[in-house]
Amino acid sequence: MPACAALQHAMRIALVDESSARASVIREGLATLADCEVFVVTERRGLVVRIEEIAPDIILIDLGNPSRDVLEEYFAVSRALARPIAMFVDESDEEAIAASIDAGVSAYVVDGLAAGRIRPLIDVAVRRFNAFARLQADLDEARGKLAERETIDRAKRILMDGRGLTEPKAYAEIRKAAMDQGRKIAEIADAIVTAHKLMGEG
Amino acid sequence: MMAEELTIGFLPLVDACLPILAREHGFAEEEGLSLRLVKDISWATVLDRLLYGHSDAAHLVAPLAIATTLGRGRPAQPLSVPFVLGLNGNAITFRPELAAQVGITGGLGDPTAVGAALRPIALARAEAGRPLRFGSVHRYSSHNYMLRYWLAACGVRPDQDVEIATVPPPFCADALEAGEVDAICVGEPWNSVAVERGAGRIALATAQVWRRGVEKVLALREPVLAERRDAVERLIRAMCRAGRHFVDPANRDANAAILARAEYLDGNPGLIGRAISDRLLLARGGEIVHFPDFMFQYREAANFPWVSQAEWLYSQMVRWDRMAFDPVDARKVARVFRPDVYRSALVGTGEPLPGASSKVEGSLHQKTAVGTQQGAMTLESNRFFDGRVFDPSDIAGYLAALG
Repeated sequence: MPACAALQHAMRIALVDESSARASVIREGLATLADCEVFVVTERRGLVVRIEEIAPDIILIDLGNPSRDVLEEYFAVSRALARPIAMFVDESDEEAIAASIDAGVSAYVVDGLAAGRIRPLIDVAVRRFNAFARLQADLDEARGKLAERETIDRAKRILMDGRGLTEPKAYAEIRKAAMDQGRKIAEIADAIVTAHKLMGEG
Repeated sequence: MMAEELTIGFLPLVDACLPILAREHGFAEEEGLSLRLVKDISWATVLDRLLYGHSDAAHLVAPLAIATTLGRGRPAQPLSVPFVLGLNGNAITFRPELAAQVGITGGLGDPTAVGAALRPIALARAEAGRPLRFGSVHRYSSHNYMLRYWLAACGVRPDQDVEIATVPPPFCADALEAGEVDAICVGEPWNSVAVERGAGRIALATAQVWRRGVEKVLALREPVLAERRDAVERLIRAMCRAGRHFVDPANRDANAAILARAEYLDGNPGLIGRAISDRLLLARGGEIVHFPDFMFQYREAANFPWVSQAEWLYSQMVRWDRMAFDPVDARKVARVFRPDVYRSALVGTGEPLPGASSKVEGSLHQKTAVGTQQGAMTLESNRFFDGRVFDPSDIAGYLAALG
């Protein structure tokens, strides 16, 4: 059961992430590595017990996870794990850990694990974390665009209903106001919708 | 001229107020600084961002600055503390059943009496194999040390008679409600959140355990302090002004509203305003009580980094991490707190500067005028509830006496 320095067995990786979407993206990446077994933990409750069962060689946990302090306390006091787990083991890991912190994931490694085994794993985790962050940013942008379009549609509707304009004419009015004031169409639309709400007509 | 940018990490707690208000009220800007504040939800992440250069400075639990310098949990990196962000401001909240069992009704309990009533309950629970569980926010926090100091002085041995577990502040109310812990020691607004939900009753304020206990600090990596020394001194001046503003009752509501904003605490301005004005609702449906100096952010040069405070924290680290006292470590710890930087930032301003940089902690039982380098200073009682005093020139003797 205890982790073993020579690693005759597959390396056991515990991935602690409350976002199950991100966890699966990272798990998929880690699965490409040889000799690795990945355990995903998404539940906050019972975290420490679960980690004890997994007896991991490496734990990956995202920087935004509120359970990090709980986990570090466990590493400090637990005698259940064969060897203490530290943020990193020696100087040669430092660069890898710095890259992981930049990507938003922290890594705890069982003392004695060879640096040569840690590096490729962290590289994969970092790439996957960054890829997921980009995906999230694209998604947020797409959501923002969608919200903008909805606001513009509502502003058009307000002008069509209130002033009896056709849709193309309503859009042209918004566009003209934007050009005159050097603002974005979405900003003008937002102002129209807000004003409409404030007038108690929303 | 472009303002110099400083990035400061923080956790969403009321005592992150000084850097936040230094920014919001323009005090930092007037010192030519632009403050960027980065919010996180664990001390581990606040610390990592500091160590890996995502932030220049951090709002940090004081013992963690010392633990990091000594290489506890992470490879050693010397940190420096030129400014204390505040004293106390934490409380110990019991599950309502436990509060009733130890006979806490009405106001805050008396630490000695509550401890005496708690002891037989704790021992019986330990005997029955179901020890009482206390939650504290971090292994290296003042909360943990205050809680342990109080328990041990009342004859309840931490880790033997009772368990002490780490519970992140936002989950404290949940943990009490679910019975995962019987009591917590946490900062505001989290005790009040537990009270509002009926999950707990505030039993003691940590200010009752040590009247002037060091709490959060502003920490930097030692080399960063050297490189950014001028900017740090300007930050100290800006935070002192923020402190003066923070403790003025006229500004309470405005400051509570700022701190409550989504980008800062994302909390209830009513609860935050109460903590600022040292007022606490101890139990749901009860009366609000006023406990002066519950939080202590400015008066009596509260922000001065007394070397003896760092040394007291080290004594507790030795005690609870069960390390041997090491004079070399003690010297490293004494260098973490930097009264020299505080003095150099504030010399020539109206802020009082004490003459000494270290004091016998717990020795003042009444108002005492002290010698100063600048201005006049009167210190009020700084006693520990059990009357012990900590003489920093004899840490080993102090530890031996604690047993």
